[in-house]
Amino acid sequence: MQPHDQHPHVPGPSLWPVGFAVGVVVLLIGLIVSWYVAGLGAVIALAFAFLWVRDLTTGTALVDAPDVEAEHAAAAASLLPADGGEPATPPAERYPRSKFLEASTLGLGAVIGGLVTVPALGFMVAPAFLKQGQKDHDIGPLTDYPEGTFVIATWMSDKSQGEVSRRTAFVRYNGLLGSQPSYTIISNHCAHLGCPVQPNGPLDDKNTKQLADVTLIPTVSIAGFGCPCHGGQYDTEGNRTAGPPVRALDRYSFSIRNGRLFIGKPFSVSHVEGTGSAAKIHKWTLAFPGEHVNGLESWLYPIQPPH
Amino acid sequence: MAATKLTRSQQIQQTILYPIDWLEERSGIVGGIKYFLFRKVPGDTNWFQTLGAATLTAFIVQALTGTILAMYYKPDPNGAYSSIQHITNDLFAGWLVRGMHRWGASVFIILMFMHMGRVFLFGAYKYPRELNWIIGVLLLTMGLGEGFTGYLLPWDQTSYWATVVGININGTAPFLGPFLAQFLQGGTYINADTLSRFYAIHMLLIPGAIFALIGLHLYLVVRLGVTSPPWSKEAAGKGPITNGKVTTGRRGLSRFGTRGRR
Ligand code: HEM
Ligand code: FES
Repeated sequence: MQPHDQHPHVPGPSLWPVGFAVGVVVLLIGLIVSWYVAGLGAVIALAFAFLWVRDLTTGTALVDAPDVEAEHAAAAASLLPADGGEPATPPAERYPRSKFLEASTLGLGAVIGGLVTVPALGFMVAPAFLKQGQKDHDIGPLTDYPEGTFVIATWMSDKSQGEVSRRTAFVRYNGLLGSQPSYTIISNHCAHLGCPVQPNGPLDDKNTKQLADVTLIPTVSIAGFGCPCHGGQYDTEGNRTAGPPVRALDRYSFSIRNGRLFIGKPFSVSHVEGTGSAAKIHKWTLAFPGEHVNGLESWLYPIQPPH
Repeated sequence: MAATKLTRSQQIQQTILYPIDWLEERSGIVGGIKYFLFRKVPGDTNWFQTLGAATLTAFIVQALTGTILAMYYKPDPNGAYSSIQHITNDLFAGWLVRGMHRWGASVFIILMFMHMGRVFLFGAYKYPRELNWIIGVLLLTMGLGEGFTGYLLPWDQTSYWATVVGININGTAPFLGPFLAQFLQGGTYINADTLSRFYAIHMLLIPGAIFALIGLHLYLVVRLGVTSPPWSKEAAGKGPITNGKVTTGRRGLSRFGTRGRR
């Protein structure tokens, strides 16, 4: 150490951060170009990070015992026990009772604090995750869904909440598959970031039907779906054809009771092979928009909250 | 009975000083304010160093106008939009106060970035002020959080869908993203509670945190003193240093020009 050292805590100059920055850049470029380049970048960054940290820590108290100057020694000694293990300035003698009172005050305070905080925090967080399931919803008689064209169905999933609970789906009757009727029910939540996708084609809105809280707008012939927010495009099976979405549009399950169509639980779809009743749907549990449901990137989302 | 009569001007002086002395004797507040306002700063501080105080002013304007808006705003999905229309079109000076809050939000964010830029360019984040930089980063995230939660409140098409997109961007964060998104929404979808949730976060949770962090931020500014500009002659030891003594306010001065390996 130099004699008149004014700022002993400033790390000295080091060139390693430059290498670290290069590594990060290579890593980012690799994410676009190829995984090998990304891996190389990660290795470079880690290596230089290690060198940098080593450079920073040499000569600090983390690594070497400080050679305390005389002036500071006294101050340091009063904080640390001296060599013999004895504190240099012995603290005043303490009675067991005062120690007990101190511990019980702190302990009691912690208990009271916990009793107040835990339920309050629980109330803040838990309702968002409990009782999330939605009941099946009646969206009208089967006769309102002609074969081969989409009908835009909107309904209130929870009447007590009002318009804020309105959902929209595109419903198409595909005819019979064997003896079972087949429906394609596509959610309007864009698989990019959740904007409402629109049908690409004319609507037959003169024939709009209003049934209780359900509105049905028939379409004439649509070529797919498009998103107003960032231009995501989908075909009539909900497969992504262009733009930023990471997977196909979500779908709803359905059931039929007394000649009426009921909309069921939503689920996510990576892609669909084939069309109509012959389609093979690659189905996954419901994920938020923007999340990959299959492939390497889906490892980033190992657990989904209860939907 | 030997007391001499006070002159007129002495009387006036006493009337003013009496309550101030009364306060000072019981709280020490006058000394505290003097300590805060009249502390020593380097002789060559300049206008860029007022950006922090400008940011503070912008925040106080937001807090005041926001509190008044809260007297008329209704955070419920069926009433929010119309209450905003009512504020803007019907109430006396409603358009003005709403405009102050809306434009002031951008001013606050811009000033925060400018202040951060000056701290960066002056190298004022270095030892011993690293902690204040970290507190500053927390303030920055809190400020952006205010922007995000406040944007939903007008409850029109733009604010609704921008918030849908924003929440889902949060949802794409690795591992905990989906949980964060669902927490923000208060459920799987935006629902009747989402708006009041955002409102509570916007007007109570984050502003409270910002006030507390500003307190810490200013405590450290006062404790450590402010830095000279990097071109400072004084700091390089060439300018006048009165009494040859480096006061608390000047401690930061000795930094520049003496850099190098220990
Ligand atoms: C709510 C937002 C903020 C307020 C109200 C605020 C306020 C202030 C004030 C009044 C000062 C002293 C005067 C000055 O240097 O301009 C200051 C200094 C400082 N601020 Fe902030 N600030 C805010 C955000 C930030 C941010 C985002 C950063 C950086 C990430 C930051 C880092 C610093 C640092 C390091 C200093 C010490 C500068 C020096 O000593 O020369 N602050 N702040
Ligand atoms: S939300 Fe549909 S493209 Fe971005």
